[in-house]
Amino acid sequence: MRRVLPPVIVGILALILWELFVTLGRVAPFILPAPSAIGAQIAEQRRNIGEAALASGANALIGLIGGTLVAVLAALAASRFLVLGEVSIPFAAVLNALPIIALAPILNNMFESTSSVPRRLVTGIVVFFPVFLNLLRGLREVDPVHQELMRTYAASGWTFARKVRLPGALPHFFTGLRQASSLAVIAAVVAEYFGGLQDGLGARITSAAAFTAYPRAWAFVAGACLLGLAFYLATLLLERLAMPWKQRLTS
Amino acid sequence: MTAVVVDNVTKVFNRGRSDEVPALTDVNLTVGDGEFVSLIGPSGCGKSTLLRLIADLIEPTSGTVTVAGRPASQARREQEYGIAFQQAGLFEWRTVRRNVELPLELRGVSKAERRAKAEEMLELVGLADFAGHYPGQLSGGMQQRVAIARALAVQPPLLLMDEPFGALDEMTRERLQSELLGICAKTGTSTVFVTHSIAEAVFLSGRVVVMSARPGRITASIEVELPSRDEAGRQAPAYFEKITEVRQALRS
Repeated sequence: MRRVLPPVIVGILALILWELFVTLGRVAPFILPAPSAIGAQIAEQRRNIGEAALASGANALIGLIGGTLVAVLAALAASRFLVLGEVSIPFAAVLNALPIIALAPILNNMFESTSSVPRRLVTGIVVFFPVFLNLLRGLREVDPVHQELMRTYAASGWTFARKVRLPGALPHFFTGLRQASSLAVIAAVVAEYFGGLQDGLGARITSAAAFTAYPRAWAFVAGACLLGLAFYLATLLLERLAMPWKQRLTS
Repeated sequence: MTAVVVDNVTKVFNRGRSDEVPALTDVNLTVGDGEFVSLIGPSGCGKSTLLRLIADLIEPTSGTVTVAGRPASQARREQEYGIAFQQAGLFEWRTVRRNVELPLELRGVSKAERRAKAEEMLELVGLADFAGHYPGQLSGGMQQRVAIARALAVQPPLLLMDEPFGALDEMTRERLQSELLGICAKTGTSTVFVTHSIAEAVFLSGRVVVMSARPGRITASIEVELPSRDEAGRQAPAYFEKITEVRQALRS
């Protein structure tokens, strides 16, 4: 309770300040709508927001799972074959610097306009890098004592990977996955700004803004925010389940 | 049979390069079955290097190392020894019990059997109540005891220890020393123990091997007879005499 209360109070205070600022300052709604107006839109549009969030959420989830799987396989290969690792890191860094979301219009043209594939592809690519880079770092960092110990046990390379390398890399993996889960939602929503199938939150935001229905646009933005939060919390939960030893440490 | 025979071993690191380091020169050492031998000397005298050679974690530049009548590399593959380092080196994602089980697991021991063995070893080091804990929940001394239990789990005929109590406070250290002696006596294990504490070496060992640095070599080998290896032993005149003898050997 003590941990929850302060941020909740600060949040409510911020909303009140925002409301006062907009109403007393006579701020035009196209610049910044009042939270009460946005709240009313959220209540009115809750079914639409829910459906759009479900569509975007499905895209984000599929992209997240696909991108993570590929990243895990790639990191395993790169850690197993040193040369591959040396070559792949600069490549990954360069590709990571590329605004991947900019690929969305190109991918949209490659598939039919009713296809969900382009958005999922963009999400998958965005997810790939943080997971790949973090996991690779984790796989490479092995405690020298563990290394010597496994040598005295005459453990094979495969046993070493399974019993030491992989569990040891889990914290790094989840650092990557936490970043990736938030990025996945952003990518899935923003990819819709560039065309393709228009059934998710991104499309709703652009169309509401195009009709100058700003409070409604904000209502969908709030939906995107909640979706991102849900993904982040789900990852945190997964992390706790996967690494019970970290949990016990802090308790 | 002898537990360890180090025959005319020389070890040079980075051989042939500008940063060449001669770590050990012409070292001969024999450890009999059931014998407790300490290696003592200043930093850089190669005592850890010698232990690593016996463990086959590094290879000698020349000379041979024989463990339990076999070449060191074969002995390592057959897990003829258990080893404990200065850092406990526990696997944080495994519970205490499963840390102790690991060497047995890698030997393909059945689940029930290795569980029973782990319980027995934890009982031996006084940590039976902590079997379900994770290493992160234990103090440094307890972690070190788990590491010792793990080294003993396969009941190796030979125990190699590289300053295992180095990072512990004096009280814990003395208690673990007594526990270790008890375990070795009970199991008949031969031990090679690296330390830089004179008192520790004298208290634990049947023989203290004194080494000197640059180049690393053995300068003295001092037999230790104590009336008993307990509190009374720590007060005995023989104990202090041996401490003085080792100190003088280290000085010379």
